[in-house]
Amino acid sequence: MSDVLEVKNLSKSFGGIQAVKDVSFSVKKGELLAMIGPNGAGKSTCFNMLMGQLKPTKGEVYFEGQNLIGRPTREIWRMGIGRTFQITGTYTSMTVVENVQMALISHHRRTMSILPYAHKMYKPKAMELLELVGMQDQAERHCAILAYGDLKRLELAIALCHDPSLLLMDEPTAGMAPTERIKLMQLTADIVKNKNISVLFTEHDMDVVFAHSHRIMVLNRGELMANGSADEIRNDPRVQEVYLGGGSLFEEAEIQA
Amino acid sequence: MGLIFAQLLTGLANAATLFLVASGLSLIFGVTRIVNFAHGSFYMLGAFIGYSLMQVLPGMFGFWSSVLLAGLAVGVIGVIVEMLVLRPVYKAPELFQLVATFGVILVIQDLALLTWGPDDVLGPRAPGLKGIVRIMGEPVPKYDLALIAITPFVLFILWYLISKTRIGILVRAATQDREMVGALGVNQAWLFTGVFFLGATLAGLGGAIQLPKGGADLLMDFNILAAIFVVVVIGGMGSLPGAYVAAVLISVLNVFGVTYIPQSTLVLMFVVMAIVLLIKPYGLFGREEVAGEHGQVGEPERPIKPAGTRGRVIVGGLLVILAMVPFFGSNFAQVLITDIIIFALFAASLHFILGLGGLVSFGHAAFFGSGAYVAALLVSHAESPMEIAFLLAPLGAGGAAIIIGWLCMRLTGVYFAMLTLAFAQLIWSLVYQWGEFTGGDDGLVDIWPAAWLNGTTPYYYFTLLFGIGGILLLRHVAHTPFGYALRASRDSVRQAEATGINTKRIQWAAFAFAGAVAGLSGALFVFSKGSVFPTELELAKSFDALIVIFLGGVKTLAGGVVGGASLEFAKDFITRFEYWRLLLGLLIIFVVILAPEGIVGASRKLGERFGFVDDGEGRR
Repeated sequence: MSDVLEVKNLSKSFGGIQAVKDVSFSVKKGELLAMIGPNGAGKSTCFNMLMGQLKPTKGEVYFEGQNLIGRPTREIWRMGIGRTFQITGTYTSMTVVENVQMALISHHRRTMSILPYAHKMYKPKAMELLELVGMQDQAERHCAILAYGDLKRLELAIALCHDPSLLLMDEPTAGMAPTERIKLMQLTADIVKNKNISVLFTEHDMDVVFAHSHRIMVLNRGELMANGSADEIRNDPRVQEVYLGGGSLFEEAEIQA
Repeated sequence: MGLIFAQLLTGLANAATLFLVASGLSLIFGVTRIVNFAHGSFYMLGAFIGYSLMQVLPGMFGFWSSVLLAGLAVGVIGVIVEMLVLRPVYKAPELFQLVATFGVILVIQDLALLTWGPDDVLGPRAPGLKGIVRIMGEPVPKYDLALIAITPFVLFILWYLISKTRIGILVRAATQDREMVGALGVNQAWLFTGVFFLGATLAGLGGAIQLPKGGADLLMDFNILAAIFVVVVIGGMGSLPGAYVAAVLISVLNVFGVTYIPQSTLVLMFVVMAIVLLIKPYGLFGREEVAGEHGQVGEPERPIKPAGTRGRVIVGGLLVILAMVPFFGSNFAQVLITDIIIFALFAASLHFILGLGGLVSFGHAAFFGSGAYVAALLVSHAESPMEIAFLLAPLGAGGAAIIIGWLCMRLTGVYFAMLTLAFAQLIWSLVYQWGEFTGGDDGLVDIWPAAWLNGTTPYYYFTLLFGIGGILLLRHVAHTPFGYALRASRDSVRQAEATGINTKRIQWAAFAFAGAVAGLSGALFVFSKGSVFPTELELAKSFDALIVIFLGGVKTLAGGVVGGASLEFAKDFITRFEYWRLLLGLLIIFVVILAPEGIVGASRKLGERFGFVDDGEGRR
């Protein structure tokens, strides 16, 4: 398998605090890679640097061979990386399908166009994407009145608009009910498999992490302390002791399931 | 050398009033996040109340107790305003509070007119401080020296109050995180009322203390408004030392400006403000602000759709009726409708950036005026034919909007609004003071349309074509990808940027487009009146448009047009009363409190309740 994303010595300090220290990893084609770690471990900082929202102090990021550092977010998106956020940021004044159409319009570089009606553009493609995430019945609803889980699915549809080869998902299931979480991740896993997309995601829910990821990275105090398969991580004594405090968190999570 | 020193002292003395009033405004904004446009009115009330008290209380003791009592009286008035008008709208978006305080301005203006009459009053001179002293051979009024001495003292008391007392700690905490202070059990409502009392008192003191220098008149509320906003913005919103430094800076610069470059006095202050904001976007002592809500709080806007068959039939019918007006209506009706269409187009162009883009511009009149002046200047200086002047006017206004927009786009929220205001004032003062080119106060006259359009009826059709055409163009663009991208940039910058939309560029383009359309309405205006004066560029003109959009409904597509048409129509009727400002002010305040969705929003809600229109969820 070839590498879609390659991260080398990524570092970020805020004043005297080193939030991310020399993090290096790669995402392989078609892989679901989880990044876990306690609060403040540097997960979101990493994500924001990958997506151009933060400028790293040091390090390189290559996506399909091209350097990402220094490019604005919207350009990185155009190169073929989709992103979903921990807290959804949909356009509340539009309908569900218009939210998807907006991303499609942007993908086709038509945002400055002042002739056609926007709500008629790329509608079949938008409906296709909504069907993919099971939202086609709600296409004409006002986005502001959607349930939270539906917003998350809508966001996923938007992120798939430009057929990305890599998806970055920041806590995709945060704030959702347990059954919804499993469903959303199953949906993501299916899409990834069918479209051969790679996914890098952060997650606090260990069920989701261990059930769906092909590989897991553990970040602690800005440093990458483990990187391996679910079993390797589960049995890594350093992870258990340092980060999970003897592994009780696993059992708790398993009891919940 | 002596002269320069004396001028420095004059500047410092002038800074006293400016600082008192501006620090009050700064405090109120810092804690309540309300841009209190009525602050100039508090200042005016302080002057008038102080004047009345000084007629009764004699001597030095009487003078200074009048100043103090005037301050306290205005403080109480401030509390009344806060409790009656602002408490109901704290949770509303910025624009609503702004419009509410604008209503207060109008009410206070007419109440002052009722109480003190229309004549300017000369302030009594301060007993014991009537003479002058010679400093380095130059005469300096004693009262100036007293003012110079008082200001740092006031600054110290305020500083002590804010940084050393428990109340001050609460105020500062509330400035940083209102919700947290509320969660800790502090009664926010009373904290806000207290701050309003303090802020209004300071404004009242400022008004009373300047009586020996400036007296009192009914225009002083607007005259100081621009200056105190400049001071607060330069110093940094919510910063007291900032307000002091900026007040001194502006006052001293003004005194020197009057002496050495008298043509520039009005421009100077705004040039300084623009430069400071471009280098330090949040003012000299200000901290970075999270952008304000720009009308995005509360119920989100409904999705929009182009008009259906029924809507098109109604609009078409309306157009037919308008086209028939010359056949049965009077000359006056045609003139009135021409005025209404021009103003509705202007309001609709502001609504485009404000409603769809969430960009609150306080200076949109700059582009209306630019259009009018570009056309007028071309006709009077270059003797260009009307048709060419008419075509170039929107381009000129659009060009101005491209430049101003580029400079303002660096900021967001209240700071963006303030910068647009500064640039609008800059253009206004340029036009006002560059007399030999623009005609200054006398304006440009004799700007009539071409022969084939001369006469009320031909020009009526011309306005119908371009005015309604402009409105329909704005409406069409709202439904195109560009309009959608503009709404997307307002709804969620993060999501828009993360899906490839260059939000700043979209907003900039929208700003320029709206400026060009405002320029079109300005061009229509100048040829309908045959003249143009600097009043068309004034702050009041920009505010008119803001109020109109608010009355029509910010979150509705037709808000600008409906509000513009209603206000222009109502104005024709209401200005026949002597105290029409009072009426209009009260009307605005009532609308703010009772129907915050505006005319269009409120009628749609009514329509939904009675089943005339769809509520967007397929229910009737």
